[in-house]
Amino acid sequence: MNWLVPLPVVMPLLGAGLALMLAGRPRAQRLVSLTVLTATVAVAATLLLRTTVDGPLVLAVGGWAAPLGIVLVADQLAALMLVVSATVTLCVLVYSIGQGMADGDEETPMSVYHPTYLVLTAGVCNAFLSGDLFNLYVGFEILLVASYVLLTLGSTETRIRAGTTYVVVSLLSSLIFLVAIGLVYASTGTLNLAQLVDRLDALPDNLRLLLQGMLLLAFGIKAAVFPLSAWLPDSYPTAPAPVTAVFAGLLTKVGVYAIIRTETLLFPGGRTATLLLVVAGLTMIVGILGAVAQSDIKRLLSFTLISHIGYMLFGVGLTTQLGLSAAIFYVVHHITIQTTLFLAAGLVERRGGSTALDRLGGLARLSPLLGILFFIPALNLAGIPPFSGFLGKLGLVQAGVDDGGPLAWTLVAAGLVTSLLTLYATARVWNLAFWRAPHADMPGPQDTVHTTRAAGAMEPYEVPDKGFSGAMMPRLMVAPTIALVVFGLALTVVAGPLFDISTDAADDLMRRAPYVEAVYPGGTP
Amino acid sequence: MTPNLTYVVVVGVLFAAGVTLLLERSLTRVLMGVILLGNGANLLLLTGGRAGGAPIVGTTPEEEMSDPLPQAMVLTAIVITLGMTAFLLALAYRSWHLVGHDEVQDDVEDRRIMELADRDEGPGTSDFGEGDGDESDDGPTTGTTTASDADRKTVAGETGRPR
Repeated sequence: MNWLVPLPVVMPLLGAGLALMLAGRPRAQRLVSLTVLTATVAVAATLLLRTTVDGPLVLAVGGWAAPLGIVLVADQLAALMLVVSATVTLCVLVYSIGQGMADGDEETPMSVYHPTYLVLTAGVCNAFLSGDLFNLYVGFEILLVASYVLLTLGSTETRIRAGTTYVVVSLLSSLIFLVAIGLVYASTGTLNLAQLVDRLDALPDNLRLLLQGMLLLAFGIKAAVFPLSAWLPDSYPTAPAPVTAVFAGLLTKVGVYAIIRTETLLFPGGRTATLLLVVAGLTMIVGILGAVAQSDIKRLLSFTLISHIGYMLFGVGLTTQLGLSAAIFYVVHHITIQTTLFLAAGLVERRGGSTALDRLGGLARLSPLLGILFFIPALNLAGIPPFSGFLGKLGLVQAGVDDGGPLAWTLVAAGLVTSLLTLYATARVWNLAFWRAPHADMPGPQDTVHTTRAAGAMEPYEVPDKGFSGAMMPRLMVAPTIALVVFGLALTVVAGPLFDISTDAADDLMRRAPYVEAVYPGGTP
Repeated sequence: MTPNLTYVVVVGVLFAAGVTLLLERSLTRVLMGVILLGNGANLLLLTGGRAGGAPIVGTTPEEEMSDPLPQAMVLTAIVITLGMTAFLLALAYRSWHLVGHDEVQDDVEDRRIMELADRDEGPGTSDFGEGDGDESDDGPTTGTTTASDADRKTVAGETGRPR
């Protein structure tokens, strides 16, 4: 089954090439992207099954064995991440196709959009699968370059301004990562993660701390951890709704994934645990305070995104198995829910003509379905009992209480306060945008005329009025949002098995041996 | 293995100059900074491997060979830096095309706070209703600048073409 491992990277890349060749034929292009991503979901699901049964799968690319060649490793953590991210990317693709068809823009932006989107997927999958530090860097670069293009799609003034900040900050983080790689290679003579396990352990303590610090700094910027997070709410909300949704779901989580790997496989022992916990607490509180102060749904959601990164770091920083598995569970939950919320925000933008809270109102009456699509994931994010957000937070709180230290207790308190404030922030959106009486100038239920803002959602050009009632909330946009809401609900239903998987994954991560043995069956050279 | 001192000094100088340029406002200078930093990082990668003859079996005795891996990595990194440079350049050009300069602008939050300060309102005084009692709608409230508003507006005086 090893041949499955590179497929999540190879298929989207080939698909991207094919989609680029089909640039003039949107229908064929859509077909290619859909087929490729559906296949990726299937492969990812198979990988998860195989790794759960057989342990990590390893493929030496090009047939060169591990220390010489590059390996791709699919362990349970990687496979789980792949499944969730592939599902989310597929749903967002359908959503963006729906948006593109409703807006009737079958020209430039969409023809670039499809290949770039597939490259982004390939980059994300490569980052999850790579068993080599430099290959991880390449994965990051692939996804970042694709994200630069997606963020500045249509190159309007706003997007160029936001894109500038995003590109420069991301470039800096990549450079820090590259320098860290150079230092790791200079001090150990290898970049293979499994081989680094032993060699890093043999290094002097101070040098280890330096390397760990540099890697954490680079990944911290990508994951939008508090002092390094200012770029996120400034750049994400300006992108088209599906782009923001997929960025919010995946890109920061790739950073979190890299942090998990750094903290468990490369540098176990929790020397930076205190730092991580402090930073996690600050991320939660500062992020959610930012969200409370916002008056625009997309910006508000961007701040909740930052804030909830803190929960994952909290779990990682506890350096216990329970904490780690709760963090992994939380990553899965958060990828799904944050994406769903941004998709719902995109629908709000179309239906209400804006995402500014002072211009919206009465959406619950105008479109009850949209109300439900926002309400359920919002409660889920805040952590209301039956939903997965509650289960994830419960796991983290339990891990924090088990730890019992003063810092852990502080973090538990911070987590609960953040949860409460998240509820406040989302309830505020609900009250202002959905519950109060509609504005007089808002398009009514039967009104099918596009407002200019709604048309500007995907791309800045003039949009012909389609004149059919589905134009404001096209079925192809609503369906994937419903699918993701249901997927989010399903996380509650399968929480037991999912938590088993994340516990297994956390166990493997803590022991390190399964990963190393999978890459080097005969012992490390 | 001891690294070559010249390399280390050059890397240091490149990083220092790169960081200085990166902190500039003009995107073209930022771009220069990124190039310098990228070259510094590449040189640092090279410094990490052993120096020596060409690593081809038969031409160089094995113990005198250089380490080929950092060189391979540097090649990849150079290609990535090249792509990034091109993209940043395009971004700077587009920015100049649209707003007449290529300066990195303040973010939305900063501009919003500045505008509020201009109108003698402290930051954080938001005058649109917080949920309760907001049922009676009296049209768009005045005096509030939303994020998207500030975003669409360029700060006055920035729109002129460069001289």
